[in-house]
Amino acid sequence: MKKKSSSRKKPPRRPAGAKRSAADKKAPAQPPARGEFWAMRLYVAGQSARSTAAIANLRRICDDHIPGRYEILIIDLLRNPEMAKDDQIVAIPTLVKKMPVPVRRIIGDLSATERVVVSLELRDN
Amino acid sequence: MKRAAKSASSASAPNPKPRAQLQPAEPPHLEKALTGIDGFDEITLGGLPRGRATLVCGSAGCGKTLFATEFLVNGARKFSEPGVLMAFEETSDELVVNAASLKFDLDQLVRNKMLVIDNVQIDPHEIAETGEYDLEGLFIRLRHAIETIGARRVVLDTIETLFSGFANEGLLRSEIRRLFQFMKSFGVTAIVTGERGEKSLTRFGLEEYVADCVILLDHRITDQVSTRRLRVVKYRGSTHGSNEYPFLIDEEGFSVLPITSAGLSHKASKEVIGTGVPDLDAMLGAGGFYRGSSVLLSGTAGTGKTSFSSALAQATCARGERVLFFTFEESPDQIMRNMNSIGIDLRPHLESGMLKIMAQRPFLHGLEMHLVAIHKEIERFNPSVVILDPVSNFIASGNARDVNAMLIRLIDFLKMRSITAFMTFLTETGGSLEATDVRISSIIDVWLLVRDIELSGERNRGLYVLKARGMRHSNQIREFILDATGIKLIEVYLGPAGMLTGSARVAQEAAERDAEVRRKDESGLKLAQLERKRVAMEARIAELRADFEADETEIRQHLAMDAEQEKRIRADRSAMSRSRKSNGAASTRSGE
Repeated sequence: MKKKSSSRKKPPRRPAGAKRSAADKKAPAQPPARGEFWAMRLYVAGQSARSTAAIANLRRICDDHIPGRYEILIIDLLRNPEMAKDDQIVAIPTLVKKMPVPVRRIIGDLSATERVVVSLELRDN
Repeated sequence: MKRAAKSASSASAPNPKPRAQLQPAEPPHLEKALTGIDGFDEITLGGLPRGRATLVCGSAGCGKTLFATEFLVNGARKFSEPGVLMAFEETSDELVVNAASLKFDLDQLVRNKMLVIDNVQIDPHEIAETGEYDLEGLFIRLRHAIETIGARRVVLDTIETLFSGFANEGLLRSEIRRLFQFMKSFGVTAIVTGERGEKSLTRFGLEEYVADCVILLDHRITDQVSTRRLRVVKYRGSTHGSNEYPFLIDEEGFSVLPITSAGLSHKASKEVIGTGVPDLDAMLGAGGFYRGSSVLLSGTAGTGKTSFSSALAQATCARGERVLFFTFEESPDQIMRNMNSIGIDLRPHLESGMLKIMAQRPFLHGLEMHLVAIHKEIERFNPSVVILDPVSNFIASGNARDVNAMLIRLIDFLKMRSITAFMTFLTETGGSLEATDVRISSIIDVWLLVRDIELSGERNRGLYVLKARGMRHSNQIREFILDATGIKLIEVYLGPAGMLTGSARVAQEAAERDAEVRRKDESGLKLAQLERKRVAMEARIAELRADFEADETEIRQHLAMDAEQEKRIRADRSAMSRSRKSNGAASTRSGE
């Protein structure tokens, strides 16, 4: 929690966090190990440094571990505040892993890569 | 106060107010938002500080959520101020169900766009923290809810739950501080609830953030009796009652009682109302009690206190006035059965709604709660006579000093409303009859005392008027009898040995009756004697007369015979002279 997020310094790659960025399904190089697919929602608020950092960190981690097997829906609560209720969002940013079950919630800018990997169960054992 | 509330609501706008308003140079006066909670607005002289946050804290189950909910419901219903309820502990459904038990239809308010319920659920097990975050999501939800209906009131219940959901306490604190600023910027009047901490007002020190108004709810148990109390710990920029005020939660919600002694400014009525016992009316001189006076009837067990109470109730109801009868010993049914035996039928009055009997054990609540409950019931029923039978039982739920204070406040309250109070007091057998344990005798207007009079192996009931302010009352001790036709005061019998009661009185009365009979007999006898004498006299008169008549007859016969004889002699003589042919016949004729 108290880790310094290095990713913060990265320039925001996506100017409009509000846009529901479509799934990244590129690079089907590695075959799906267990055939699982990750469906996630990332709740952000505008283009704050934390939000953009979270988006960048998530993409990086997913590309590293589950390339091609994930879908991220980015929701900007400043534009769609009513959506905060559905997933019980309090902290920003919050990542909700819908699939595979169980649903998990990760808060923070996702800079603690190892914790993200563990929480999302990205690593095959 | 109301003007302030009105002007503020008219100036209300969903947009955030300028920051400058937060630290005004010198506000003329603090604007307040009425809560609509009975009594609370009086204590705080107008409600909660408008546009600011108020902390309502207390231990579990003390009524925080209810207070907050009622604030919102009243806001929506009475003051046209929509509200937002952010519930961190209960789900929306639970809240709706809970509120429904208090006749609050939250669903209806939600449908009418007067209320938004947002249930914030935080499950610490589901959350993993991976880097920096803030609580912007909460802010967004709150802002969204406020803007959806243009809310003027916000309740956060209980924001402390956040502390269990997030590990970074430092961050939480700064975010909570920001949240309060955020709400202020919207100009909403907010209530934040907090759980009571061991040493501080709230477990997580929320009071640090709420500078303006802090209300403490308490649920205290003394001698196994719980009393709810409310105290305004702090109210910046406003005067407020600083006492602890008892409050009540019943099916109509929250009510606080501003129990301060009402002072002595009540008006004294000259109207007299009957006591239900005509003989007692006569004893009191004025023909009854003055309306609005407080009457105490004290006596030992079984001296007829409830009977006098019921007689008063019946008489008052029969006049078409309402009576509220608090009984702390018997059930309504029991009273009615028992009173039927002395010819007092309360049932028709109960059915017509003129009489209401409230039966509760004194130790059911604390004293303050009793007072609150009594006040509330009086406000609701609006009686002209209130009967408390007996007040001495309150000692079961408090000490004498507290009972005294409570009764004084109650009497003041009743006097302010010109309600006649009739209280009975059970004096301990063996104790001084003229002392009430709670020393209320000095504040009551009429003090009647019923007592047992023990004489020649019997107990009989005696009544006397110990005091009656402003009346020329009787100084006599009267015996009274309860029979099938009601209460009767019997004329005192003063014998050589003082006042006689019961069979001694009956015996004395019998003796007097005997004497009278005897006197009557004697005079009859004399009359008879006289009569006899008269008869004898008359008999003698008759006898004398008979004698006289006999004598008279005899004499008259003699006289008649004499006359006959003389006639015959004369005839003989004339015959003789004729025969002698003498002149004697002529001379005799001329001589006649």
